[in-house]
Amino acid sequence: MNQAQDTTLLDWRTAVRLGLLGGVVTLYFGAIGMVLTFSVRNLLGTFVNVGQILAVGGALTAGYLTGRAFIKSGQRKSVIPMGLLAGFVAGLPPLILVIMGTLFPINPMFVNINDELVQLITFGLGPAAGSIALVVLSAILGLAGASFELMNERWRKALINGLLWILLLGLFSENAATILEKFIGRSAVRWMFQNKSLNPIAAVVLFLITFAFSYMGTGEKGRRKWETMPPAAQSQWRRYFLILGIIFMLALPWMVGQFLSQVLFIVGLYVMMGMGLNIVVGYAGLLDLGYVAFFAFGAYTMGVLTSPQGPGGGVLNFWLALPVSILVGVMFGVLLGFPVLNMRGDYLAIVTLGFGEIIRVLAYSNWLAPIIGGAQGVLGIPSPSIFGFELNKPEYMYYLVLVGSAIAAFIASRLRDSRLGRQWMAMREDEDVAEAMGINLVQTKLLAFAIGAGFSATSGAIFASRLHNIFPNSFGILVSINVLSLIIVGGLGSLPGVVVGAAILVGLPELLREFAEYRLLMYGILLIVMMLVKPEGFWPEAARKRELRGEEEAWDETESVPAAAD
Amino acid sequence: MAMLELENVHAYYGHIHALQGISMTVEEGEIVTLIGSNGAGKTTTLRTITGLLKPRKGTVRLEGEDLAPYPAHKIVARGVSMVPEGRGIFAKLTVAENLDMGAYLRTDREGIKKDLERVFALFPRLKERRNQVAGTLSGGEQQMLATARALMAKPRLLLLDEPSMGLAPVLVEAIFDTIVEINQQGTTVLLVEQNALMALSIAHRGYVLQTGQIVLTDKASALKENEMVQKAYLGME
Repeated sequence: MNQAQDTTLLDWRTAVRLGLLGGVVTLYFGAIGMVLTFSVRNLLGTFVNVGQILAVGGALTAGYLTGRAFIKSGQRKSVIPMGLLAGFVAGLPPLILVIMGTLFPINPMFVNINDELVQLITFGLGPAAGSIALVVLSAILGLAGASFELMNERWRKALINGLLWILLLGLFSENAATILEKFIGRSAVRWMFQNKSLNPIAAVVLFLITFAFSYMGTGEKGRRKWETMPPAAQSQWRRYFLILGIIFMLALPWMVGQFLSQVLFIVGLYVMMGMGLNIVVGYAGLLDLGYVAFFAFGAYTMGVLTSPQGPGGGVLNFWLALPVSILVGVMFGVLLGFPVLNMRGDYLAIVTLGFGEIIRVLAYSNWLAPIIGGAQGVLGIPSPSIFGFELNKPEYMYYLVLVGSAIAAFIASRLRDSRLGRQWMAMREDEDVAEAMGINLVQTKLLAFAIGAGFSATSGAIFASRLHNIFPNSFGILVSINVLSLIIVGGLGSLPGVVVGAAILVGLPELLREFAEYRLLMYGILLIVMMLVKPEGFWPEAARKRELRGEEEAWDETESVPAAAD
Repeated sequence: MAMLELENVHAYYGHIHALQGISMTVEEGEIVTLIGSNGAGKTTTLRTITGLLKPRKGTVRLEGEDLAPYPAHKIVARGVSMVPEGRGIFAKLTVAENLDMGAYLRTDREGIKKDLERVFALFPRLKERRNQVAGTLSGGEQQMLATARALMAKPRLLLLDEPSMGLAPVLVEAIFDTIVEINQQGTTVLLVEQNALMALSIAHRGYVLQTGQIVLTDKASALKENEMVQKAYLGME
């Protein structure tokens, strides 16, 4: 890793370039008001907040990237000075914010560049002294970032672990407090989390504990032990872990309380949709941007059939309306499938996008208002109940989506390994060749659309019975984009990827509500960074990993073939 | 009864009259080659046979049965397998997975296993590389894979579209040797080629295609001596 891979030597220009990049990003975050908004969240006591982290994070990242670049080119000696330089340069662009905030009144254009922001990024030291402090701090952080790569593996990992834990508990201090209260008692939690943030002393203790655990290599030892275990024992342990996992999932809503249960419920809904869209896009390679339509079909069918105020007059209960909703979804899945049979790639995406919008507009329309209420939506949808026990709390509904997601995951995984799954895979790779192989493309495509739609409709039906009221604007294009993004971030075609993606793209924004206005910006950044750094997703499927992770692995496999063949 | 029979086949791409009344036959056990320059309609003829393109006029018969009512995937099930031009392998799947896909329509596990042994015997390179991602194979190996995959469907009629395209001469020879071997094992072959010399040297009979029409047909050895063929396709004066 430390070998010289590049023959060309890097010089100060690299450091300046990376530094400028980090600085401009910081400048941008400041100008659009992110730094200010985020400063509401305290991390450590009242001293450190997320806004400040954001204001100097660019310098740290620039330093880190510089350090890595120089180590890669084998110039270990230059790492420290160049990191310092990058950090210093990264500290300069944010000064524009200070200058503009104090000398030029440009508030009308940039409402976010104001005294408050200047106060924040100059640490309350006043413009002159504060500016110097900011640049010095940036330089120090650049150096720190660069020296990160110089540390040995063990130290670095331990340090990252410790800092991550502090960041995690500090950022989600309120949620962490509700969970921990059940285990360590109210007074201890009160002490740990003051001012809606982590108590500095608690933070130091936490850091030391996590650092020590990581440094001792507890996780590493466990992994090695696991690898040397005989297969029989491994499968035994796997079973234990599975049971433990199930118990954990069942106990989860009671550990995390009502708010987090609701978040888990929403994540679950998206997991179900993701499983379905994963079949359409991930397995079959059909880019569907109108996926929300089926979610809407499921929700509206459930609403119309079960709401006593609707035209159906509440003829059916949840359990009878659910299969009908799924059926309606599947039916419309096939119906959408027919006209787009001969479309590929971009064209398919455009048509499905239009389809999704048509459905939303129809839901708004006066024409259908007598049945589905137009802009007023469908109101008074009852909660589902089991044997007279009403599932009227998020904790209960959580179990419903848990079971639903588990079934969806099971179906999706069985389908992947089936003949149909292989048909989809072949079609995804090359439609012509697939057809020449004897695959019925019409049937294969329609099945993908239908099954995907069924999953989405199920999710929609559950959504409707939890929210009790549904309105057309819940079914906008953004839902489709969300689901698509989450399967891409998780790893196209991968089932665990769907869960990871949903947790990151749906769960996190729910927890960080006050940052909601930057949600799309975050999506954009995340997707771009993902495509650059980890294009195969967080938890990729094997074939895609092979495709995107270069040929080294492919060649490794070849080398092991003789042994495997004999 | 002929294995394959085309009778006055007309096919169009939109308004373009690509095949203007093609008639040809392939008898069981033969290697028949279809030669012609770029755009003569060679690939179109293959697409018409496999049902990817439906003729507007004329009939395609497989062992006397009209193929018109069958969609492409049903024609594969009737024993016609095509190796598409430019090889058309599943680049992201491994060699073994590609071969598996070839046997997609079959359910006889034992037979599939036996055929896998057979194609590995024909193409030992593929056996060595069976866990490699197909897209990382060399051009010649990809052609071998495409041919092997077509054989996994256990076809009675194998359609090959430009197997020599983009390959080094030594590889072309190897591929053509294998085609002869496949034929000797009992598979009828219809070979479309621009490399007329190679094609005519292994085929029994040949057809010459020009702007959508058959202009000449004869025994391969006779075509090789034909003045017009020599001039137009073999580069001899």
